[in-house]
Parts: sequence; structure tokens; C-alpha cells
Amino acid sequence: MNSDTKKVILDPLVDNNPITLQVLGICSALAVTSQLSTALIMCLALTSVTACSSALIAMIRKHIPSSIRIIVQMTIIASLVIVVDQILKAFAYEISKQLSVFVGLIITNCIVMGRAEAYAMKNPPLASFYDGLGNGFGYSLILIVVAVIRELFGSGTLLGIKILPLAHDGGWYVPNGLLLLPPSAFFIIGLLIWAIRTWKPAQVEKPDYEILPTAHGVEVH
Amino acid sequence: MPNQTKFDLQQLRETVDPWIERSKRYAEKVLALSNDSLEKTVMVALAICLACAVVVSASAVALKPLQVKNKSLDMKKNILDVVGLLEEGGNIHDAFEQFEVRIVDLDTGDYVDTIDANTYDQRKAAKDPKLSVAIGRDQDIAHIKRRAKYAKVYLLKKGDRIDAIVLPVHGYGLWSTMYGFLALQGDGETVIGINFYDQAETPGLGGEVVNPQWRALWKDKKVFDESGEPKLGLIKGNVDPARPGAEYEVDGLAGATLTSTGVTNLVRYWMGRQGYARYLENIRSAKG
Repeated sequence: MNSDTKKVILDPLVDNNPITLQVLGICSALAVTSQLSTALIMCLALTSVTACSSALIAMIRKHIPSSIRIIVQMTIIASLVIVVDQILKAFAYEISKQLSVFVGLIITNCIVMGRAEAYAMKNPPLASFYDGLGNGFGYSLILIVVAVIRELFGSGTLLGIKILPLAHDGGWYVPNGLLLLPPSAFFIIGLLIWAIRTWKPAQVEKPDYEILPTAHGVEVH
Repeated sequence: MPNQTKFDLQQLRETVDPWIERSKRYAEKVLALSNDSLEKTVMVALAICLACAVVVSASAVALKPLQVKNKSLDMKKNILDVVGLLEEGGNIHDAFEQFEVRIVDLDTGDYVDTIDANTYDQRKAAKDPKLSVAIGRDQDIAHIKRRAKYAKVYLLKKGDRIDAIVLPVHGYGLWSTMYGFLALQGDGETVIGINFYDQAETPGLGGEVVNPQWRALWKDKKVFDESGEPKLGLIKGNVDPARPGAEYEVDGLAGATLTSTGVTNLVRYWMGRQGYARYLENIRSAKG
């Protein structure tokens, strides 16, 4: 693997993470992270859809008319998502029941569309495939971190295996119910963004405008 | 005969080949067009749609048998689970053979033999105007709007004696309609178990309706009071077993008042006159 490919795959993990830097794909990050198992399957589904759709779109990028390019991308992404959903229903029935509509909603996930439009439309198929893979991994990393925190401290389990003995079963740990509700993912992602931007100050955005210290005594014309 | 087929093939190729040639040339011509020309835009859109449609329908058709199998296996698992017969690693299909599947007319409480029990889908029937009835607003405590005229019940028999009756039930919780099974003993009033196979309540709160520890609390509870009205329901907090009437009470779900109310309502609805009350009376009187 040459350094370019490496960069394309590793960059979205921290330096250009789709969730924490670009703040995309938040909706599903809230919805499927109350358990680690659903989060893992969701990561797998999204990563494969992003990688394959980017590769396919890159293959025909020179022939996509610009006036209908978004709808062409959508059609390809939507088809792949339906295929993934069908596969899950056939081979991972239990998990697909828990994920319910969220697999279908990968179609509207901004990361998939974003990579198609920003990268796959300008780059060859293989590079686009790696780019999709990398961004899928970046998304997965955050989802897994959030899901581990939420499942461990919300229900005392990981992948359904008891880690912290719960108080109402005779243990010592009183689970935090808030972590099982979607808003808790917002707090965790917010704290993650804070942590990453403290570690890498280059990610901090410049303010769009500055509030002037005082406007007193200034005549406005 | 072989000659005949060969000849046909030859003829077929003669008619088809020029068309393939022509479409190839046309495809080349279109690909060479400017991306923004009308013709190319339309042709690209058509080609994409065609390709995607083929992929989507192929996967749907190819995976359908597996999905149907998963669904029916899942249903059997749930029915075995509610009566406590689900064994780790056991063969589900074999274990399910013990059940006798019958169709019940809910208005009369009698068995109906004109409907094939193996293919009847109560959930689908509840949406079919011909196979269902609308529920009056004052009676619709489970908030389900319509119910099927016929119910599919599962009986576990030892000889002539009924050991267990598994009844499909459903009702609205906080976010979702919860679908499940309620299993009663042969006396038609003592609970064996309850489970929900389809619900989308808040995970960790209302979603605890699937928790095996909570479900175990239902065992040996009584459904009907002396007057024959369904009394079983969830209460706030924990049940004190010493208090009179504890046999009609199950612990409420902590932090999930609306889901708990939903469960109480769906039990009372399905055990009431609108639901299985007549059928259960018939079972009791047949015994006595």
C-alpha cells in the first residue's frame, strides 16, 4: 500500500473525521449507539455502502451529466442500501430487526453522499473505494466509542455480556438511564469533538465573525 | 430433434445479432456525446435505472426464501419461548411440532376449520377490511383501531387435556405497537408467560418488556377476577406478595409509565369480551 492510499484511508480516522470534524451522519450516530452490537452492524453496512457507491460512481464519473448527477448518485446509493438491507434480513435477522429503519436511512446519510460528490466524482474508482472505506472507518470509530460508553454505563453490558453488576440484580452499579436515550449521544459526541480539537488545535474553526467589544459612541451611517 | 434446436438457434442469432450490433454502435455514439446533451442525459438516466432495478430485484428475489425462513423460525422461537420450551441449541421446528395450531372466531369463541391455520396471518388480516372489524373508540383501550375477526391460537396438548394456550396479543405502548404472545394454562386463567417479539419502546426503559427477569414475574398470575372481568395489570413500583390481590398484579416497568399502561391495556383488551374472553369461557366450560 503506497503512502497516498494510506493517507486516504487513515486521514478520516482523526484528522478529517466525518463525524467530529465535518459533523456529518449525526442522526444515525444517535439512533443506533445504545447497544454495541447494533452499532457494529451499522458501521459495517455504512462502510460497505460508502466504499462500493464511491467506487461505482467513480467508474462512470466521466459520463454522469451534471444536471442529474445528484439523482444518479442517489439511485446508486439507494440500490446498494436496499441490497445491504436484504442481506441483513436474510443473514442477520435479529440485528436487522433492531436496526429497523436505520439501515434504510443510510441513503440519506450525508457521509455517503458527501464522499460521492466531493471525492468519487473527481477520482479513479480504486482511490474512491479507499476513500469510502476510510470515511466508513472514521464513522465507525466514533460510533463504536459512543456505543461502548452508552451500553457499558447505560445497561452495564457490552455486546449483551454483563460487565458491571446492576444494582437491581444485587450488584453495585446503578445504571445511568440518560445514556440509553438518544440525547446522551449528543453529549458524548460533543465532548469527543472538544477533546479532539484540544488535542489537534488545527481543527478549531475560525469564528465566522467577531463581536466588537463595544459599539458605544460610534455613529452608524 | 437436435437438428431442430440447432436450426432455431441459428435463426435466432441471425435476427438478434444485427440488433446487438446496432445497440453497441448506439451506445458508443451516446457515450461520445457531450455529457450535457439532452439525449445523453436521458440515456444515462435510463441505463442507471435499468441496472439498479436489475440488481435490487435480483437480490430481493434471491434472498426471499431465506428471509421467509428466518421470519417463520423467529415466530416459532417466540411461541416456544413464551411457554418456556425454548431450549438452547434444540431443534425449533421439531419442538414446535408439539403445538396444535387452530383458528378461533373471536365473536363466538369457537374454532373455525374453513381457514387454513398454516397460512393464515392474523397481523395481515387485521389490516384487511374483509377479515377485520373496526373497534369502537370507547372500547379500543389497546389503541389498535381494527382487529382481525379470526385469531390464530397455539395449543399444547397432553392427550385430550390442554396444557397451554398461546394467544397472540398486541397494543400501543409509548412509541410503537407492541406485538407479543400471552400463554395461559389449560384452565384459561393462569398465566404461563408473556413475550413481545416486535416493539420499539425506549431501550432500557419501556424496552425492558423483553427482559426475561421482568417477564418471569408474570408466571402463575391470574387474569380474571370473580366476576370474570380481566383484572391482571401492571402497578407502579413492586408488588407486595402478601397483599390481597397480588395475584392480579405485576411490577410496573421503572421509568416507563406509558409503556406499562400500554401493556396493562393490551392484556385487558385481549382478555376482555372483544378479545379471547368467549373463547376462554368455551374452554373452561368444555372442561367443567
